[in-house]
Amino acid sequence: MAVQLGTTSGHDVLAPEPTAGARPWAWIGRSRWVTAGLVLFAVFVFIAIFGSTLAPYDPSAISSAVLQPPSAAHLLGTTQTGQDVLSQLLVGAASTLEIGFAAGAIATALAIIVGVSAGYFAGSGGELLSLLSNIFLVIPGLPLLIVLTSYVPHASTWVIAVVLSVVGWAWGARVLRAQTLALRQQDFVQAAKAAGESNFRIILFEILPNEVAIVATNAVFAVVGAISFYVAIVFLGFGNINTWSWGTMLYFAENNEAITSGAWWWYVPPGIAVALILLALIMLNFGIDEFINPRLRAAGIGRRELRAASREQGITPVRANRPNVTPVPVGADTVTSRRRAR
Amino acid sequence: MSAPAAPKGPRTAAGQPVLEIRDLCVDYGRGTQAVHAVIDTDLTLRRGEVVGLAGESGSGKSTLAYGATRLLRQPAIITSGSVLFRPDAERPDLAIDILDASPAVLRSLRWRDVAIVFQSAMNSLNPVLTVQAQLTDTLAAHLSHVGKSERRERAAELLKLVSISTDRLRSFPHELSGGMKQRVMIAMALALEPQVVIMDEPTTALDVVTQRQILEQVMELRDQLGFSVLFITHDLSLLLEMADTIAIMYAGRIVESAPAQRLFRAPRHPYTAALLNSFPSLHGERKVMTGIPGSPPDLRKLPEGCSFQPRCRYALPRCAQQVPELTGPAIATDAHRLVACWLHEERELPDELAAPEPDGQSRRLVGSAPVPAAPESPGGPR
Repeated sequence: MAVQLGTTSGHDVLAPEPTAGARPWAWIGRSRWVTAGLVLFAVFVFIAIFGSTLAPYDPSAISSAVLQPPSAAHLLGTTQTGQDVLSQLLVGAASTLEIGFAAGAIATALAIIVGVSAGYFAGSGGELLSLLSNIFLVIPGLPLLIVLTSYVPHASTWVIAVVLSVVGWAWGARVLRAQTLALRQQDFVQAAKAAGESNFRIILFEILPNEVAIVATNAVFAVVGAISFYVAIVFLGFGNINTWSWGTMLYFAENNEAITSGAWWWYVPPGIAVALILLALIMLNFGIDEFINPRLRAAGIGRRELRAASREQGITPVRANRPNVTPVPVGADTVTSRRRAR
Repeated sequence: MSAPAAPKGPRTAAGQPVLEIRDLCVDYGRGTQAVHAVIDTDLTLRRGEVVGLAGESGSGKSTLAYGATRLLRQPAIITSGSVLFRPDAERPDLAIDILDASPAVLRSLRWRDVAIVFQSAMNSLNPVLTVQAQLTDTLAAHLSHVGKSERRERAAELLKLVSISTDRLRSFPHELSGGMKQRVMIAMALALEPQVVIMDEPTTALDVVTQRQILEQVMELRDQLGFSVLFITHDLSLLLEMADTIAIMYAGRIVESAPAQRLFRAPRHPYTAALLNSFPSLHGERKVMTGIPGSPPDLRKLPEGCSFQPRCRYALPRCAQQVPELTGPAIATDAHRLVACWLHEERELPDELAAPEPDGQSRRLVGSAPVPAAPESPGGPR
């Protein structure tokens, strides 16, 4: 879908879409960022789905090999109770990603519902919704999370996801409200109103398609926020420590003084895993941006391809050794520079 | 609107070329899918002259103008030719090839020497800055040694120049009418007293009354300040009123260029003739209008030979094989006229293309060598 934000200028002819139509997905391979993000993301999804079958040991099984550094038997070493770190990492991916994506989806849905309505419906209703999102914006997230999770100890995955999304929806709502306020004034929305379309239809088919880029970006960042908050609350011991997740691993590592005993193989892998999944998501976000906004795509590809021809933006490249050049007396441009000094 | 007033004011060395476009080719994209938007185009703009560039949508008018000033973004690429800019009226032998210019030279050249009034003023003005901020910004960027209060004075002066009262300086673009916005754009273009002003359909969105006011003002300013204008439009009748010379583009090529009245009274290219037949005259007798059958060619796969040939009612077998050159036609008493059509090599011309020149000096040279294209009388474009 080629949705463009903002008004189109009168110079569309200047920004034609390269490789349009022929292979709409061809551009993906050209952006190293997006390719890396996709690969990394696919790896994590694979681990999340097949982690428990791939795991060499039961992550909770206690053995006599206590606090072993990485070896052939235990690729990432063992914990203080002899549990296999690799197995914990593989099994823990599922709940971390599951909760991250569920919370991201709920937060995005909340943001769309509250944000778009707050922007679209003028008057006290909209103001009230706007006030609500402002209140959630100023409430510090982590303390609220701690309070909420301590009311529901050992809660199911879904309860935690809902709690996380309650903390994470307000930014998206705020941004969507601003964009909706701008779109509401546009002629095509006024025309739809005049044509008697229902508010629901206008929001769904006139306004939302113009906000796809913002919604997508928000969704990605909601997932990023949910994963990091989930890891944080579990690490602090407020989550469900009976489910294996990367936060749980960090929690046990911290409680058993892995850092002071130098057992780096215990806390570094989950930390890197969290960092990598967040990195993959952010790199994917570049790809989503370019996919939704063809203008970015043209700029991104063009810059790399034509770097040799023209380093400057806004200067039409000229083919090297072009034919039919009219010879010009040398030094004429010094006239211009001299005149300029005047 | 009356014909352009006689040149007066500081129009020294009028008639010397200031911008020469030679054999310019501009493509969009590369390889087999490349769109050849401008092909081997020659166009000369003389000092103080108004050259009109007319043609239907997609004929390459804007690409030619923006390509020559190197304003096109990728994937546009200039594949051939030169664009010579002659900065000094006193030393006409000096020239800069804009296509070879370094970014620094190009940056100082733009606006200061070659200014552009873009297609829609509504989108070209920044909605969150006042008129004054936008006018002084230009001055600050190019004349860094000028003080702040002087810049403000100059901005007020510029608004006066285009007949907007100076209290509008503090207005935002949305507080101005369409015509006023367009005038502000023109004032901005003239801020640094450029030698060449390119106007890309500057009045398309305006009603005819405003259009007329603005164009009369442009012509007055032209006489006052002596700049040259390259005026792009698809409104041929507008050009007949204000341009000195008109160039007609079709499918990326200029097919005919001639002084305005001559082009109007005595078109020499079948496309020009057909174009002139497509709009009614206010004064003439009533007649049935004829359009041009067919549609413009795909610029990726141009037909062999003359690109107008598939739609041309006078097409010869030769037209489908060779591209005609833009040269002086067989019937010509005016060296400024150029036409690209094989019919002029034939013994008989269709009546439509053989009208006598408006000054009555026409003679019919049958099958003779073309008249040299170079102007022999540098007396100006009038």
